[in-house]
Amino acid sequence: MERTFLARNPSVLVFLGALALFTLTVTILSEGLGIGFLSTSFIKTLGKTLCLCLAALALDLVWGYCGILSLGHFAFFGLGGYMIGMWLMYARTEEIVVSSLANVPLPPTSEEIRDAIGTQIFGVVGGAELPMIWSFADSLTIQLVLVVLVPGILAFLFGWLAFRSRVSGVYLSILTQAMTLALSLYLFQNDSGLRGNNGLSGLQNLPGAENVSQATLSILFLWGSALALGSFYIASAWFMSGKFGSAIRAIRDDENRLRYLGYWVESYKLLVFVVSAIITAIAGALYYPQAGIINPAEIAPIASIYLVVWVAIGGRGRLYGAVIGAAFVSLISSWFTGGQAPDIPLGFYTIKWVDWWLVLLGFGFVLVTLYAPKGLGGLVDQLVRRKSA
Amino acid sequence: MLRFLATFILVLCALGPAQAQDQNLQYILQDHHKAVERASRKTIDPLLKALADGKLPAVPGFLDAWRNKNVWMSKEDGQFYFLADPKADPVEIIDIETGEALGTHARKGMKQLKPNSGVRTILASALVEFQLKDPDLQTRTEAVLAIERGADAAHLPLLQAAAETEPNSDLKLRMSRLVRLLTIRFSKDTDARIATIKSFASDTSVDVRSALNPLLETRTNAAPTLPDTINLARRLVPGQQFSTDEAYDLLVKQGLAQPRQDLAARDAILIENIVDGRVGDAPVSTLSTEEARDRAYQKLVQLGQAPALVTRADVRASLDEHVFYEEYLEPDPGITTAALATLDSISNRVDLYATIDLGLDGLSLASIYFLAAIGLAITFGVMGVINMAHGEFIMIGAYTGYVVQQVIPDYTTSIIVALPLAFILAFAAGVALERSVIRHLRHRPLETLLATFGVSIALQQLAKNIFGTQARPLTAPAWLDGSWIINDIISISMIRIAIFALALAFLGLLIFILTKTRFGLEVRAVTQNPRMASSMGINPERINMLTFGLGSGIAGIAGVAIGLFAKVTSELGSAYIVQSFMTVVVGGVGNIWGTLAGAGMIGSLQKFIEWLNPSNTLAAQTYMIIFIIIFIQFRPKGIIALKGRAAGD
Repeated sequence: MERTFLARNPSVLVFLGALALFTLTVTILSEGLGIGFLSTSFIKTLGKTLCLCLAALALDLVWGYCGILSLGHFAFFGLGGYMIGMWLMYARTEEIVVSSLANVPLPPTSEEIRDAIGTQIFGVVGGAELPMIWSFADSLTIQLVLVVLVPGILAFLFGWLAFRSRVSGVYLSILTQAMTLALSLYLFQNDSGLRGNNGLSGLQNLPGAENVSQATLSILFLWGSALALGSFYIASAWFMSGKFGSAIRAIRDDENRLRYLGYWVESYKLLVFVVSAIITAIAGALYYPQAGIINPAEIAPIASIYLVVWVAIGGRGRLYGAVIGAAFVSLISSWFTGGQAPDIPLGFYTIKWVDWWLVLLGFGFVLVTLYAPKGLGGLVDQLVRRKSA
Repeated sequence: MLRFLATFILVLCALGPAQAQDQNLQYILQDHHKAVERASRKTIDPLLKALADGKLPAVPGFLDAWRNKNVWMSKEDGQFYFLADPKADPVEIIDIETGEALGTHARKGMKQLKPNSGVRTILASALVEFQLKDPDLQTRTEAVLAIERGADAAHLPLLQAAAETEPNSDLKLRMSRLVRLLTIRFSKDTDARIATIKSFASDTSVDVRSALNPLLETRTNAAPTLPDTINLARRLVPGQQFSTDEAYDLLVKQGLAQPRQDLAARDAILIENIVDGRVGDAPVSTLSTEEARDRAYQKLVQLGQAPALVTRADVRASLDEHVFYEEYLEPDPGITTAALATLDSISNRVDLYATIDLGLDGLSLASIYFLAAIGLAITFGVMGVINMAHGEFIMIGAYTGYVVQQVIPDYTTSIIVALPLAFILAFAAGVALERSVIRHLRHRPLETLLATFGVSIALQQLAKNIFGTQARPLTAPAWLDGSWIINDIISISMIRIAIFALALAFLGLLIFILTKTRFGLEVRAVTQNPRMASSMGINPERINMLTFGLGSGIAGIAGVAIGLFAKVTSELGSAYIVQSFMTVVVGGVGNIWGTLAGAGMIGSLQKFIEWLNPSNTLAAQTYMIIFIIIFIQFRPKGIIALKGRAAGD
């Protein structure tokens, strides 16, 4: 009991150290603040990867610790991105509109500016008026609150409905998949108020920071993402190592026994689900300003499945497993599908990795599930155990 | 000399048959030569009567040509001819009776007959009359068709007369129906019109509605008081049926009110009056609100530099001073009332048919979902195995159909070959998947789900690598094209009927296999208690393998069927996977009937939601899924839940 939390969890210290070292190294090698060894687009990729790691961490909380396999976590990720994207797009368009109206004979009224913004943003889907849901788009504070609130409420409603009626196991997984499918189909419509399949774009331009170069911005976002990942990692590890964490893991192992012991299982599950959704949404809100564009295809069920694949390969039930899996698989995926990997000529046929990577990933994932259910994190555990033994 | 000779021969040729027959078109025309050459409405009647009495087959053609100014007269002998090409010189002349080419003639020797518009109208209806009385059924039918396409008032009596004497009963029916439609539009007899309108109360055809709707056309009007001479449709109150702006615009258009300056016009006047950066005493830079601009404008008005604004109060006052109403263009209220009542009764009937049509649509969508889900009902429902690669088995079936069509060009044969082949391939794929992956993950449903996801991702990408990303065609045989049309509103495409039949056949087949065969007995035994079954001498491994293969094979057949109407792409299966799982879950796991109920509910509900919001099928799917999520709350075990110990968690 006298030992501190960090002393009991050396892996947290190791992880934080590695993250800090990584961030520092990237900063030194960057174009924006360092020696320019790494290109801005690569730094953005690294920053985005950190956000994906954060989403994987959040999924690991519900899946690895609580046993709820969510196949719809990208719905929250995307909603977080949409919420921040609304402000980014609105504020940016406002700047453009104000500067383009600077030379008209009469100074523009606020209604005129708003109308012009509406035309500018929604012209592409044949609209001109800002829908109701954009009412607060001019306020960064409110949109930041919405980043947390909207996915949180969605997760709360969904989880409350599902857990209350004891939907569990694969049924729940399929329902979460249906949820993200429904959301993406809804957003695909032009009159959903979020520009249909065009999505929100130009998010990489931070309003009010025109003088800051993209190279510097990318580093700032990398720091932000690393900070978010680090803090949520500590918080998750702290919660999961305590009494609360034991209860959560007990739910995973045998929900009914815990219920017989008098625990209110549903509210535990709901809490973990909502918190995980909110962390995912924050990851999304950090991700899309680096990606620059968000559209409903990002929310399609397959995206959430990849997230699950990363966590499974990394090793669920371990926070570092999720992070390692997400970082490793998403980076290697973008390396293979980005066309950078060398093709393998076989004489009669050339294996193009752009085409064959997904086949390899799919079958590899089957093998991991069959033979290494604990994933890469399990390997780390084995190494550590062997050393200490 | 040569020309004279030619003309002489021509005249001989023309006169020859006339003398022989005594009944010749040219002969009759020459009898009424003046009436033809200088036709007028007064003089044409005896000619038409003579033509009608002659009963010559060439008359309609001649009248049509005459009406279209294609009849020419030789200046030398007064004979009438058609010309092959009026622009040529010398022109080739054609006999009006036989259509034979008669040789050439100098163009200036021919005179074109140009009947005036009054005569042309008479000719047109005479032509119709001739056609309607033509002995050839084909010609009469065409004449009726021509009237159906474009009728005018003159056709009504002609058609009435023709309908009475028409020998062919089908055509007679069609004629008398057309007479009724024309009566509505053109009759002068109000009572007859009203009676005819009422007689259509149970007819849902589009042509009836298009005849009735013009009777109910309205125009919006404004007046200081409501006139009592009009056929009033309804009173309008500004702000309720239409906006106050529209009402005021109407007043302005009718000269009952002053035009209003809108904001753009106000701003334009403000900009015109900018002097040294100031308008109406206000610096331009302060005009960034509507109120400031209004104040500046009022200042301009005071200075007399701008016309006074029509204020909201002015608008309100002039709206209050006038009444707004819609009046029917048709003056007789009896007719509009009858038309309204008839249209009302028709629209009730149309609604009924539309409901039936919607039901049929729902049924066909349900059978598609059923077909996609029934394989899953076996693997997931009966065996409890979550196979996320099920959609890819559907895809395998669809691509099999495509490949078979590349080898066998005859569509019917290729479908007959493709169906069993798709079953075999998907069966093999299913057995392979069961042996290599699923067998090792029994009792670990979440792991099964993940592993089959991996297979799904890999198979999709494999299909992309082999067949490319663009959609491949799987063409239905000709006998599956087209629709079964029951009436103007209800129709189903043949392909959907075929899919419905296929779904029914599979339902029957599966029920038979599961309840009546030894294999089905063993499947049920293994599902309920594998150890007990095994001690009875059943090999559970073998049964599991075969059951999984059966479910997968059926997915392959479903793939061929779905490929016939959807595009065959590598994403074909994944488009159906979520709906398929929904179907099984909603219906109730472990029960083929449940899958049927689930498919029926999801299919009809989706069509219903689409009907509520027809412009947006994407939204329909969203609401559908939300509905299912809520439905699961109330019946977590589905519509048909297994009872007893077999249902255990």
